[in-house]
Amino acid sequence: MPNMRPDKNPMPHQDPKIRSGNFDEVALGYTPELAMDEAKRCLDCKHSPCITKCPVQIQIPAFIQKVAEGDFESAYQIISQDSSLPAVCGRVCPQETQCESVCVRGIKGEPVGIGRLERFVADWHNAHADEAVVPPTSNGHKVAVIGSGPAGLACAGDLAKKGYEVTVFEALHLAGGVLVYGIPEFRLPKSIVQKEVDTLKALGVKIETNMVIGRAITIDELKDEFGFEAVFIGSGAGLPKFMNIPGENLKGVYSANEFLTRINLMQAYRPSADTPIQHGKRVAVVGGGNVAMDAARSARRLGAEVYIVYRRSEAELPARAEEVEHAKDEGIIFKTLTNPISVLGYHNPDNSRDPRNGSVQGIRCVEMELGEPDESGRRRPIVKQNSQFDIELDCVIMALGTSPNPLIKSTTQGLDTEKWGGIIANEDGLTSRDGVYAGGDAVTGAATVILAMGAGKNAAQAIDKALAEKD
Amino acid sequence: MYQIVKKRVLNPTVTLIEVEAPMVARKAEPGQFIVLRVDEDGERIPLTIAAYDREAGTITVIFQVVGATTEKLNHKEEGDFLQDFVGPLGRATETEGLKRVAVVGGGVGTAIAYPVAKKLHDVGCHVDLIVGFRTKDLVILEEEFRAASTNLIIGTDDGSYGKKALVTDLLREQIELGAQYDKVIAIGPVPMMKFVSLLTKEYGIKTVVSMNPIIIDGTGMCGGCRLTVGGETKFACVDGPEFNGHLVDFDEAMARGAMYRDFERHAYDEACNLFNRKVE
Repeated sequence: MPNMRPDKNPMPHQDPKIRSGNFDEVALGYTPELAMDEAKRCLDCKHSPCITKCPVQIQIPAFIQKVAEGDFESAYQIISQDSSLPAVCGRVCPQETQCESVCVRGIKGEPVGIGRLERFVADWHNAHADEAVVPPTSNGHKVAVIGSGPAGLACAGDLAKKGYEVTVFEALHLAGGVLVYGIPEFRLPKSIVQKEVDTLKALGVKIETNMVIGRAITIDELKDEFGFEAVFIGSGAGLPKFMNIPGENLKGVYSANEFLTRINLMQAYRPSADTPIQHGKRVAVVGGGNVAMDAARSARRLGAEVYIVYRRSEAELPARAEEVEHAKDEGIIFKTLTNPISVLGYHNPDNSRDPRNGSVQGIRCVEMELGEPDESGRRRPIVKQNSQFDIELDCVIMALGTSPNPLIKSTTQGLDTEKWGGIIANEDGLTSRDGVYAGGDAVTGAATVILAMGAGKNAAQAIDKALAEKD
Repeated sequence: MYQIVKKRVLNPTVTLIEVEAPMVARKAEPGQFIVLRVDEDGERIPLTIAAYDREAGTITVIFQVVGATTEKLNHKEEGDFLQDFVGPLGRATETEGLKRVAVVGGGVGTAIAYPVAKKLHDVGCHVDLIVGFRTKDLVILEEEFRAASTNLIIGTDDGSYGKKALVTDLLREQIELGAQYDKVIAIGPVPMMKFVSLLTKEYGIKTVVSMNPIIIDGTGMCGGCRLTVGGETKFACVDGPEFNGHLVDFDEAMARGAMYRDFERHAYDEACNLFNRKVE
């Protein structure tokens, strides 16, 4: 008999008062008992709507039935047929708009905690499985993957399992892309990413860090000189956007990418790290997406009073509801319907050498109200008359999204891009260049880990098909 | 890991190292930079490429000890390894079609001016290389400079070597003497580049400066290296590091460059204690 309790088993968490002072993981994960109890809430519907809403079509009811039986390893094997990074996706996927949004149990209560179960299964496997990964026999084909984020790791993993000789080129000194420089430790522990990377290495994937494709080697050279028969571009989102308002280059204004990179990749919050980071006392994060929440919660952990400044209302916040809730629990103050018009800087009129000159003192904002829906379907924010006010701050973080990095496009002839800079790829991930594939944020603009992973898997399949036809 | 194959102390605070990095050397051009990390906990710092040897697969960088990371780097010896070394980054200096150029360098920046002068000189351009130092003891690479220029002009602030003049005065003198420059390339401390640019603006001479802001990733991901150029935000790592000197907001760049001064001072003192070295 299924468990007909209407609500999900809650996720055990670190207490907000304690966690807002450390970088340890917030969500602690289900115990085996909780997982089995939650799994029994699944009705194993024949039409499985959850699968249709999963970007990589994981056999969700099938793996959940195995969890209910306590056969966690079988559950893992079912998930890994379709997902390359279950421990990652179980943590960062927006299940509430995907699989869980159409769960039949959600009609009269809460949906099954599919994400929580996925995470449990992946963690259980990582803690218990000890079978050595055996690299498959090489099929003699060489494939290059540019970028070691979710798209690149998924593409590399699928190809390596089929016997391809895969080399991943990473620009930074550590593999993982946004999973290591962007998403904070308290949401996705870096040891989990490292484990995924180590598994790829065990499968025979070569990872070349410190390699900026487009500068050190061009895509044409990868194909013509280095003998790669196919190239997959998973180079990610790119350059941070700014608001183009006065004062944005003052000392103490960061892009979210810079702030998070200092903390996550460079570990600037640890006393042993050489990389500096400003420990702001009053910090505003401008933007309302997941990256804004990550930056705000990181600044909070460095000891600041933190504001989220967002121009629409709370209902329009693009961040996951769970992230917004976590941020509020940790004491982040939301200033919605508020838009900055300038960053205010300090200037000592009597001393041009005052070291505080040019540093942030606050932001000037206007209040907004919501008008008619715009092309995105969200109600357009309009400035309220005479609503100007200042917030006193010493640090401002701009979390406004990114625009594609021009490096690969500008060094690869014949690679077509959209007007806004995204690489154009067909449903197989094939670009306008023969043998060159692309996927993830480099194609779609900033999106989710799971969509990037799906694009990487998709391209791996297309590359396999194209190269197999050559034989 | 990347091995230091050669180390040369150029003056008490300026050191040259040649590092084995064949994948960087195969494409490096004057004007580009690398990012390195000394060790596992190290920060990423940018250094402009001073020379490259494609056959030997090596890159030469020259650095001044200014903080904790350069202090640590200075303690590495020939045969030691660096944790990370990535490049070439940024755009190369445009050297095509130039007939007469003044390359102006100040302090350790002269080391970065060197490969630019050399490349121009190698392709037959008339190069006036104007280099300035505070005092005689700090003069570096004089032989190399001479070989890479048509005309080498050295100045010191205190007159202890060469002419007693600032590089701006030396440049003005050349212009007043009738030198017709297609371009002036200025590389050195930000205030020096600012005043060279102000000077050449008077004469309407195209001027390029090489900006060296705080950089983290160096690939166009973080935006930490942003500058205002002609009223627009530019990223030094992908749009630069060279920019039109008449358009750069130098005052803003100076303020941004000093963002972590307190942290750096503290870290430097700690590094000095670590190496039992007197803090100057």
